[in-house]
Amino acid sequence: MRLVCMMFSCALAATAQLVPFDPEYVIPKVNPHTTPADLKNGQQLFMGQCARCHGPKGEGGRGAVLAQPKLRHAPDDESLFHVIQEGIKGTEMPAGYAVDTLETWQLAAYIRSLGRMAPESVPGDAKRGQELYRSKGRCSQCHIIGGQGGSLGPELTEIAARRSAAHLRAAVLDPASTLPEGFLEVGLATKDGRTITGVRLNEDTFTIQVIDLNGEIHSFIKSDLKELQRDTGKSPMPSFRAVFSASEVDDLVAYLYSLRGNQ
Amino acid sequence: MKRLVCLLAAVVPLTAQVSYDRLRQSDSEPANWLTYSGNYSAQRYSGLSQITAANVRHLRPTWVYQMQTTERVETSPLVVNGIMYVSEPGGSVTALDTQTGRPLWKYTRNLLKGARGCCGQVNRGVAILNDMVYVGTFDSHLVALDIKSGIVRWDSEVADPKLGYSITAAPLALKDKIVIGIAGGEYGVRGLLDAFDAKTGKRAWRFWTVPAPGEPGSETWAGDSLKTGAAPTWVTGAYDPQQNIVYWGTGNPGPDWNGDARAGDNLYSDCLVALDGDTGKLKWHFQFTPHDTHDWDSTEIPVLADAVVRGEKHKAVLFGNRNAFYYVLDRTTGKFLAGRAFAKQSWAKGLDDSGKPIVLPNSTPTTEGAKIYPDLTGGTNWFSPSYSPHTNMFYVPSRDVGGVYLKGNAEYKEGAQFNGGGQKPIVGEDPTGAIRALTPETGEMKWEFKLYSDAGAGILSTAGDLVFAGTNEGDFFALDATTGRSLWHFQTGATINANPVSYMSGGKQQVAIASGNSIFVFALEE
Repeated sequence: MRLVCMMFSCALAATAQLVPFDPEYVIPKVNPHTTPADLKNGQQLFMGQCARCHGPKGEGGRGAVLAQPKLRHAPDDESLFHVIQEGIKGTEMPAGYAVDTLETWQLAAYIRSLGRMAPESVPGDAKRGQELYRSKGRCSQCHIIGGQGGSLGPELTEIAARRSAAHLRAAVLDPASTLPEGFLEVGLATKDGRTITGVRLNEDTFTIQVIDLNGEIHSFIKSDLKELQRDTGKSPMPSFRAVFSASEVDDLVAYLYSLRGNQ
Repeated sequence: MKRLVCLLAAVVPLTAQVSYDRLRQSDSEPANWLTYSGNYSAQRYSGLSQITAANVRHLRPTWVYQMQTTERVETSPLVVNGIMYVSEPGGSVTALDTQTGRPLWKYTRNLLKGARGCCGQVNRGVAILNDMVYVGTFDSHLVALDIKSGIVRWDSEVADPKLGYSITAAPLALKDKIVIGIAGGEYGVRGLLDAFDAKTGKRAWRFWTVPAPGEPGSETWAGDSLKTGAAPTWVTGAYDPQQNIVYWGTGNPGPDWNGDARAGDNLYSDCLVALDGDTGKLKWHFQFTPHDTHDWDSTEIPVLADAVVRGEKHKAVLFGNRNAFYYVLDRTTGKFLAGRAFAKQSWAKGLDDSGKPIVLPNSTPTTEGAKIYPDLTGGTNWFSPSYSPHTNMFYVPSRDVGGVYLKGNAEYKEGAQFNGGGQKPIVGEDPTGAIRALTPETGEMKWEFKLYSDAGAGILSTAGDLVFAGTNEGDFFALDATTGRSLWHFQTGATINANPVSYMSGGKQQVAIASGNSIFVFALEE
């Protein structure tokens, strides 16, 4: 499904590049309108003009999830201002033709507030956690950090930019409760007698592509399959509840929570 | 490009006049595809039978034409005597040689400042009448092009784009007029359907889909809410030449999800309107979703066919609606004949004897969020259904998707979006859908072909008893029209958001579909 969504967004439309606000306006690098009153007005504007696609709290829908600390097309306030005013070419995100400069900043303030997660203070020693990640956990067999490791599981290089410490703790102790969107473990049996368990890479009406637990990639025509079992809510990652002590879990979570890429 | 045109003109048959009589009798020349939906009855049915269930597995790409655009391509081409006329995003038009896919001429639309729309600069196609090609533009103009060169003959404003009007629909040519609808349902515009004189570009008539204060229907809007009532007309309708009636679907009332300020049925939103082809005067209307608060535009395709309902033969109109119900109406009177749900829905117990929905409680947006089926994109949408007189089945691209509807504030500001809420997906539910074959007289399902995700492309049925359709994941495929059995598929590499067409070129039946930014054409391999 993840790949499907990517493909969909590639084919979407953009709107004309128009600048309805004062062309002489010099856009400040930092949002100058972030008072509680600005946020309130920004929320009202958002409900009227943005929530249709992005959801009322930025949880996403037809449009992207905005309730996250880093926005791909708007890493800073200035670029967020541009995105609201001009839209995003090649996507369905239209230009905000009818919002003036002040309203654009108020919208930006509200959008930023959706993804602002207060930095958490987590127990544990990140350095010890890094060692546990490498040795006892052998996590790098399946996860990549900074270009190193196996690719069966999700990359963790910037995981703390998208996930809370509580979520990371749950992922270590009960992986099935924190599956990424679109993740699906599948069991396949072909008409010629082969059986494969793996993770779905992509799927359409007629075919499915899978990576097995040894990292081999397979592609099947569905009409060649005898069975296609979808193990929704299941994860190939084991729980580490019995592997780590409570303090070791704290250390590992502290390490994972330190992974913010170049942020 | 000029040199190229000269060269090709020597070997490509010259364009012929596409008279109104030819359009009326388009079923008699299936080698061409003369109107948006293939014929005035909007059946999207091809009388060609060279490609059949027995040989469709030999279907291969003939050529691909790539547009230089990152916009979404929803176009449905026309084909006349070896030349394909393709609209491109914004309202550009290209003429292609059907043998080679090489361009013959191109009209590039440079959009005026202020053009805006909810959902991208899409354009769904052109109309042809006599020696001109007609296209609606995203900046809300109707343009007539010389059929041999693409040079502009006239260019008329339909409505002011700064107010939120745009055009994404293909025009419909009839007699000496070009009928064109507008988009803008998310901007609180006053909806309209216009007809222009085909030769001069002067407006011949206008039908306002929202009445003026004091006019019939105005009593269905509280206060002055009708001033921002929307009800756009953004998908091409059908025409019955015998009765001289234009049938056209209308869109959602504004604001979309907050109906507090517009108590009443909100005519003529979410209706099928039947208009006199000469004057645009309203003959009858049928409202599918009174006082809509879900954005369930009724701008789907009205399909004209004869139907025997309860032993009585009717000139009928068949309608698969975004609200997830299928309707059969008498197209002379507008009387409801039959209907039932064809896709997953949770908002109505059913339809009463007059076709009105029996609305269930807790089925409108709330500030906390209400889970309702279908979602705002609906049980189906703008992409075309198909009716095959050969199998007597109605084929509808279906979506079984719900949404959490939220009600918010709605304050009208000229030219700004005017939505009054939003929708979010239901967590844990992936969108699903199917191609469904219905008995046209009742809506009873004969078969379904399940899709991996929700339907987003239209359907073509053929005299070879095939059904062609596309998927979000890029598969273009053929089914047995009688059983729904899968017979052939081809991965195009991008989402398909368009309608297929079929025609003859070089003595071979071709099937064409837009996918991604490209037109793919298929024929049987030698």
